[in-house]
Amino acid sequence: MARMMPKKDAVIIGLGWTGAILAEQLTAAGLNVVAIERGPWRDTATDFNIGYMQDELRYAVRKDLFLHAATEAMTMRNNPGQTALPMRDYGSFLPGHGVGGAGVHWNGKTWRFQDTDFEIHSHLRHRYGARKLRGLQLQDWGVTWKEIEHCFDAFEYVAGISGKAGNINGVIQEGGNPFESPRSREFPNPPLKTGYPPMLFEQVTREMGYHPFPEPSANCSRPYVNPLGVAMGECTYCGFCERFGCANYSKASAQTTILPVLMARPNFEARTECEVLKVNLSEDGKMARSVTYIDAKGTECEQPGDMVLICAYGLMNVRMMLLSGIGTQYDPLTGKGTVGRNYCYQTSCGARIMLEGKRLNPFIASGAMGRTIHDFQGDVFDHSHLDFVGGAGISCDSTNGRPILYRPLPEGAPRWGAGWKQAAVEGYQNSMGIGSQGSSYPVKENYLDLDPTYTDRHGRPLLRITFEFPDNDIAMSNYMADQLETIAKAFNPKSYAVSRTRKDWNSVPYQSTHNTGGAIMGENPRTSAVNKYLQSWDVPNVFVIGASAFAHNAGMNPTGTVGALAYWAAEAITTKYIKRPGALVHA
Amino acid sequence: MDAKRSWSRRRLLASAAALPILAATAVALGRSISGELPWSPFAGDPPTPVNPMGWYFFNADEAAMVEAMVDRLIPADDLTPGGKDCGCAVFIDRQLAGSFGKGDRSYWAGPFLPGLPTQGYQGKLAPAARYRLALGALNRHVNETRKTDFVKLAADDQTAVLKGLEDGSIALALAPGFGGRDFFSLLLQNTMEGFFADPLYGGNRDMASWKMLGFPGARYDYRDHIDKYNQPYPLGPVSIYTMES
Amino acid sequence: MRALLVAALLFAATPALAQADGAAVADGRYQAVLGDCAGCHGDDLSGGIALETPFGRLVTPNITPDRDTGIGSYSAADFRDAMKTGIVQGKALYPAMPYTAYARMPDKDVDALFAYLKTVKPVRHAVKVNQLRFPYRWRFLMRIWNLIFFHPKAPDPASHSAAWIRGEYLVNGPGHCGTCHTPKNMFGADIKPILGGALLQGWFAPDLTGDAQTGLGGWLAADIVTYLGTGRSAHSIASGPMTEVITNSTAQMRPGDLGAIAAYLKDLPPAPGNTHASLRDVERMKRGSSLYQINCSACHGLDAKGQGPLVPPLTGNAVVNQADASTLVRLVLAGSQGAGTKAAPTRPAMPSLAWRLDDRQVADILTYVRANWGNQGTPVAQDFVGGIRAGLQDGQSASK
Repeated sequence: MARMMPKKDAVIIGLGWTGAILAEQLTAAGLNVVAIERGPWRDTATDFNIGYMQDELRYAVRKDLFLHAATEAMTMRNNPGQTALPMRDYGSFLPGHGVGGAGVHWNGKTWRFQDTDFEIHSHLRHRYGARKLRGLQLQDWGVTWKEIEHCFDAFEYVAGISGKAGNINGVIQEGGNPFESPRSREFPNPPLKTGYPPMLFEQVTREMGYHPFPEPSANCSRPYVNPLGVAMGECTYCGFCERFGCANYSKASAQTTILPVLMARPNFEARTECEVLKVNLSEDGKMARSVTYIDAKGTECEQPGDMVLICAYGLMNVRMMLLSGIGTQYDPLTGKGTVGRNYCYQTSCGARIMLEGKRLNPFIASGAMGRTIHDFQGDVFDHSHLDFVGGAGISCDSTNGRPILYRPLPEGAPRWGAGWKQAAVEGYQNSMGIGSQGSSYPVKENYLDLDPTYTDRHGRPLLRITFEFPDNDIAMSNYMADQLETIAKAFNPKSYAVSRTRKDWNSVPYQSTHNTGGAIMGENPRTSAVNKYLQSWDVPNVFVIGASAFAHNAGMNPTGTVGALAYWAAEAITTKYIKRPGALVHA
Repeated sequence: MDAKRSWSRRRLLASAAALPILAATAVALGRSISGELPWSPFAGDPPTPVNPMGWYFFNADEAAMVEAMVDRLIPADDLTPGGKDCGCAVFIDRQLAGSFGKGDRSYWAGPFLPGLPTQGYQGKLAPAARYRLALGALNRHVNETRKTDFVKLAADDQTAVLKGLEDGSIALALAPGFGGRDFFSLLLQNTMEGFFADPLYGGNRDMASWKMLGFPGARYDYRDHIDKYNQPYPLGPVSIYTMES
Repeated sequence: MRALLVAALLFAATPALAQADGAAVADGRYQAVLGDCAGCHGDDLSGGIALETPFGRLVTPNITPDRDTGIGSYSAADFRDAMKTGIVQGKALYPAMPYTAYARMPDKDVDALFAYLKTVKPVRHAVKVNQLRFPYRWRFLMRIWNLIFFHPKAPDPASHSAAWIRGEYLVNGPGHCGTCHTPKNMFGADIKPILGGALLQGWFAPDLTGDAQTGLGGWLAADIVTYLGTGRSAHSIASGPMTEVITNSTAQMRPGDLGAIAAYLKDLPPAPGNTHASLRDVERMKRGSSLYQINCSACHGLDAKGQGPLVPPLTGNAVVNQADASTLVRLVLAGSQGAGTKAAPTRPAMPSLAWRLDDRQVADILTYVRANWGNQGTPVAQDFVGGIRAGLQDGQSASK
């Protein structure tokens, strides 16, 4: 028998960005909230010590802070005809673990998706006609830019984002991104300073007639106090962002922006090292009663609650729904069912530019101090005569110079032995990368479900990912690779090399931890798992919050939009749902 | 947390002498946290530097082979000492003796089926076992083809063997999903890890590789140099435990 | 039968409680804030917290209204005696209980506090209070101590403002600031300079006098109000035991009372002998500067100006300049977490660096910090750091 815990108003699964945002908003509204987190408690001074955080082997290579496959693995295949096998180590993407989640060790690039993203199907069909979208499972998100803009704003001010607005209420701003959708006010902090490679990129692309601007960064460009009263520090360009916790309170995470206030509230409790096994439903399957979890001592416990908020990493959100019987599994053959639908990724390519006689000092870096152009983002450019839809941000990122993993070599140089070291030294100070981070649009065959064979340490089926880069996205990415090549040539480099996206998504080399979809939001319960407020269509006291709700993935990092969706859901819960529990949208 | 165990509560009357006491500081695992932001003095999880003496995983023959191999991969020249003198073999030994070698963080449940290249390693062997198998098989291969041990080959011949592994011309049938080429990539990856990691792990002795690249190591504040484009960074590297030259 | 009796007693007590003067209880609650009762007796006031003294261990008693283990059997007169004379029901208290300061409180306030304490939840918690060494465990000795050292008196109010008078009373009366901040003699009694800074339990409670370097001479009265109200000011962030004084006591004080404390403290003349010109050892400074850049500058800044409410500056910060560097050494070795208040909820923490820095490196960094940016603290010796480290580690292992 599971040990029964005292009932709470809301039970949150996972205490990362979305869990912390929801917990903060719900406790402020007076609710009693418990967050159940599989990983350990983590905080700045005790876990991200300024003396040992700079340990590339431990954190970037052995991945100390990440979820390990031993704890929870996933299986993968490229198409339904293959047998999925477990990724025995995570490679292509790296989910987080512990309090703060992946928000602890992100690079801090904090984008807003564009207004057209939220109504992507209507927009593209209107502009190009339905034929252009054939083969793609694009659909509107159910929420509009106008409705959700203030939630982006809320997230950016809590996280202290550093950037330059390009469009404030329709007025284009000098120095910002002129293609961004209108925002209601300037960023809370000015842009970070930037290193030499992004500055070169800015010069080159500006001369080419593009519109470079500073990437919005979750690292503070100056000391900052957020609207909750929590103070953050100034980024020191140490070059240990992605895969590392921030030792000096300058990178936004749940720890540096929300937890100090949240943890002090008596109506909040965090239960760490407790793994939720499933959400328990009422007999008719229409209400969640409780969650079952295993605590650190191995005791099975049951936590009842009036509401369950699934706030884990997007992929785990989908698995939790499937393990709990919330909604119906999507079937790629019939198109029926919604959970697992529209799984998307990110379609990227890059170019490496070799200069001569430079001191690029790649180690002076920050996760998002780069320069970007959005001249080829989303539907900013005309696709009428192109064989694809979608787009990409093209950036020079310069996120780090950590030498185990960052060791660019000139083309054709030996990888070891005689001559290798000279090449490594030349590459380290003279090579710079530019990249295209492209959209990923849904197709029928890319989806998530439970693996029929492999199980986790508790005997539950692993999540199975079936994914291949769609032809549309390959065409998009090739177009971007051509743009990269043009830009690379404009540097007058000693040499350059372009790497293109190829078919057969490979789960081994790192690509991107921007896995989206699977529990998507939408207007119609037949094609979406959650409604526009991220509320389950099937079990209305369950909300599923995260990138799992993205109906497609844009050519941008997802966290800004994840944060906005979290505030959007929190607002719906605190202003609508708790006054009148039940379905917020009637299908 | 029990507020009464918090050290700063313990106050003292009148005293000119210090008599410090501390509460138990280990941060409890698996717990309920409410009403305060946890913190305790001395809390942290600093890494333990490896002891450079002896071998923890390799036997003497294996150690000699790996020392020779890392010297071929990273030859001594005017930029740095060779891989062996930089501690790369010690590094690999300690990694294989620890969590990495055992594959503690990997998923090891069956069934074990042959996978596609996109699915990654699907064998049953953790890295330490892969090394043991490959080193033995490689030396037997050298015994058969060159009538001597790998370590007794001339440096150029050792290099030729490694090239053969890398390009697949020396095909060692080791285990499902693990051949000579796979062993070479694992060896190269671990050697480079040792050469470029913090010296506390046994490799990168005297921060030789960081000095070579101009990487300042474990520093955490470049605000005074971020604007100085195209200028060398003036300070030498520091590591987690070495902050003075 | 016994349970019935207890129940009857509880019933009998209830109407009395209901009739308790609500205003007196509210005032008493504020007196508990001013006196920081929770600091020693715990959040639920049931005591049991060990105070290590040079004379042995004292454990704070249960002051909830539990009849057997708390102060449920006290009369108002008993309580007044305890608070103001250190003698209760014929037994002498030890001056860990700051009756020497509480003696300044008017009976009205003490009675209000008692009325409040009668309303808190009784907790059954028996505490063996006296664990002192021979001969200090002989309570009667305290009567002699009282004769020699205990002479409470208020200053002449004639020449001072109302704020000063209130401030002086709060600091030296219920606030009992001198318990930590005033140096003591070998008998544990106050000596001069009053509020001149003192070491206790490995923390150096800083000089609160008007000294420009070590005291509050460089602080505006508004800085003091901000510090006590939020746990931070432009000059410093509270660390160690002061964090709990702030959350339990000063952050809950009325703004007028904080202003009064500031008015009084700003009027204290500099304590003599606290400032020393530093001697400069060039090699040490070089090492200290380099280590500072590696370990400290990413938060405190190369210019040591800190970062607003997050990181204290190391220039113009009294903690840096105290004659005794114990607190600084302790902060570097063990780390520290700032106080959390409504106005400043961040609770930023200094990471522990004991694992990374050896005694000489800590001494070099602190000597460098204490001699730069206008600071004038004395050099910190390697042995001094070693002594503190050993003490902290002993304490750590002893408590395991």
